[in-house]
Amino acid sequence: MTTVTTTPTSPPAALSGTPAHGVGRVRWAIADTLTITKRNLIAYTRIPEALFFSTLQPIMFVLLFRYVFGGAITPGHGVTYIDFLMAGIVVQSVSFGGIGTAVGLSDDLQKGLIERFRALPMSRAAVLAGRTTADLVRNVFVIALMTGVGALVGFDFPKGALAYLGAVGIVLVFAYALLWGFAVIGLAASNSETAQVMAFPILFPLIFASPAFVPLHTMPGWLQAFATHQPVGVVVQATRALMVGPALVGGSTAAHVLEALAWCVGLLVVLAPLAVWRYRRAA
Amino acid sequence: MTTYAIEAEGLEKTFGHTVRALAGVSFAVEEGTVFGLLGPNGAGKTTAVRILTTILRPDAGRGRVLGHDVSRQAEAVRAVIGLAGQYAAVDENLTGRENLSMVGRLNHLPRPVVARRAVELLGQFGLSEAGDRPLKTYSGGMRRRLDVAAALVARPKVLFLDEPTTGLDPQSRIELWETIETLVGGGTTVLLTTQYLEEADRLARRLAVVDHGRVIAEGTPAQLKADLGATVVEVGLVDAATAEKAAQLLAGTATKPTSVVGRSVEVPVDDGPRAAMEVLRVLDQNAIVPTEFTLREPSLDDVFLALTGRRTEIGGPGDGAEPAGAKSRRRRRGRQAAATTAEGGPR
Repeated sequence: MTTVTTTPTSPPAALSGTPAHGVGRVRWAIADTLTITKRNLIAYTRIPEALFFSTLQPIMFVLLFRYVFGGAITPGHGVTYIDFLMAGIVVQSVSFGGIGTAVGLSDDLQKGLIERFRALPMSRAAVLAGRTTADLVRNVFVIALMTGVGALVGFDFPKGALAYLGAVGIVLVFAYALLWGFAVIGLAASNSETAQVMAFPILFPLIFASPAFVPLHTMPGWLQAFATHQPVGVVVQATRALMVGPALVGGSTAAHVLEALAWCVGLLVVLAPLAVWRYRRAA
Repeated sequence: MTTYAIEAEGLEKTFGHTVRALAGVSFAVEEGTVFGLLGPNGAGKTTAVRILTTILRPDAGRGRVLGHDVSRQAEAVRAVIGLAGQYAAVDENLTGRENLSMVGRLNHLPRPVVARRAVELLGQFGLSEAGDRPLKTYSGGMRRRLDVAAALVARPKVLFLDEPTTGLDPQSRIELWETIETLVGGGTTVLLTTQYLEEADRLARRLAVVDHGRVIAEGTPAQLKADLGATVVEVGLVDAATAEKAAQLLAGTATKPTSVVGRSVEVPVDDGPRAAMEVLRVLDQNAIVPTEFTLREPSLDDVFLALTGRRTEIGGPGDGAEPAGAKSRRRRRGRQAAATTAEGGPR
């Protein structure tokens, strides 16, 4: 019938079974997603640039802002700059980290890996789900690292560890929603360089025209309006309200958190189907 | 009764609105045999493979693998096929073993089976020692072997090999041929695409020659080559006028029409050495002194010339089967249609 070597213990027919239905299908989809997640996480540890962006760069940013720019910026309300900074820099970090998602997917497409996946009896959703799950795990690692470094240079968890964890939770939900947007970019770009070039002009205004690094009141009025209402700004405000208290941000913490979560859900509802649609088309 | 493992019926595919990659391709592959799709770059070979492996949907026509329709029963098809080649890659950041495990797991094989298959395949492809190194450190030949190994993890009954040896050095090419021969000995059906007549000749029981999205000839390698003459005598001369003259003088010696390519004459013959003596004798009698003299096997280029009256546009990196200088000669000849690049297609 088949086979290359004839191992007595091996069945003579093809090894993979016929596609399952119902519960079996869902189980397969989850198993496939985990397989792809594992593959992406292993790959990250072996790509020097990816390692740099996930480890050294976030550390450098914390130190840079804390010691170079920090002295020139006064957040007000008796809050130290490092306490102010943590919310912004964590959001910044997960946002820029998404470029890795775009680059990785575009690479897989370009190098033909996705062609192979398409000819395998695996779940169609697993390639994107595995990629975004792996990047979410990477974000958890990056945030943990930044928290450690932040604590070393003076961040003292003004509202306690629990509130901090809640803030991190919001950042991760936001990161996950955003990753699908980067997946769209990665699938649309013809190569990984283009993917990078496409991601930057979207990210820069969102990150820097936001209260991530400087207090809102130092910006001109029209810019404040944009910075307060665009998704990165909203998430920074919610994160900061949780980490150091609402006094610095104005309004209530709950309102900020709700607004941030609404953005996350909105982004996810739009971007995930868009990415899946692009994936189906990118043959 | 013959059963077919792969059937293609009138497959058509157009990319965008203009690039017609397949214009109605039909062929059938008997179970347990190797079938070769032979053709130049852009002929539509890869497009046919992508359709039969469920990656692309055809615009018209139908494909079946072990009786399953590739469009309507794609999942059933995916469960019985393996794909390796040009465009189906392996992950260069993973080790050989990790790549094989990943493919095994995505075929939903149990972990112990996957682990055992990885060991078996690494051994079989001479990669046991390199098995735990990332692919980045592999040579081109090793990478290709792992690529084929990955296609075999789930013991597919039908294997698609898309230009498996393009870009490989001669030694790696021969090793891969031996592997494919072993596989077929085990009963696997193989669809192989290639630009090399030599490769198709060695591996395939039957061949279809593809050009501009159509099958222009089909048969056993022996049948195709019988139409060509077994050997080509290539004589280089001082100028094109002398070449024309020599072509006329040698017409009687050739089994097929002679052709002039720049300053060379190509003389298809049956009995190489004997014909070579005859060619030299004729030239000598007419006081023509050759500047070059070569005996060679017919190439894909010759098949094409015989079938279509024009040269192929094969070439590019790794195109070792073509005699050196053939490309520049073709350019001077200037008869062939413009090169098509339908195969890459828009993504």
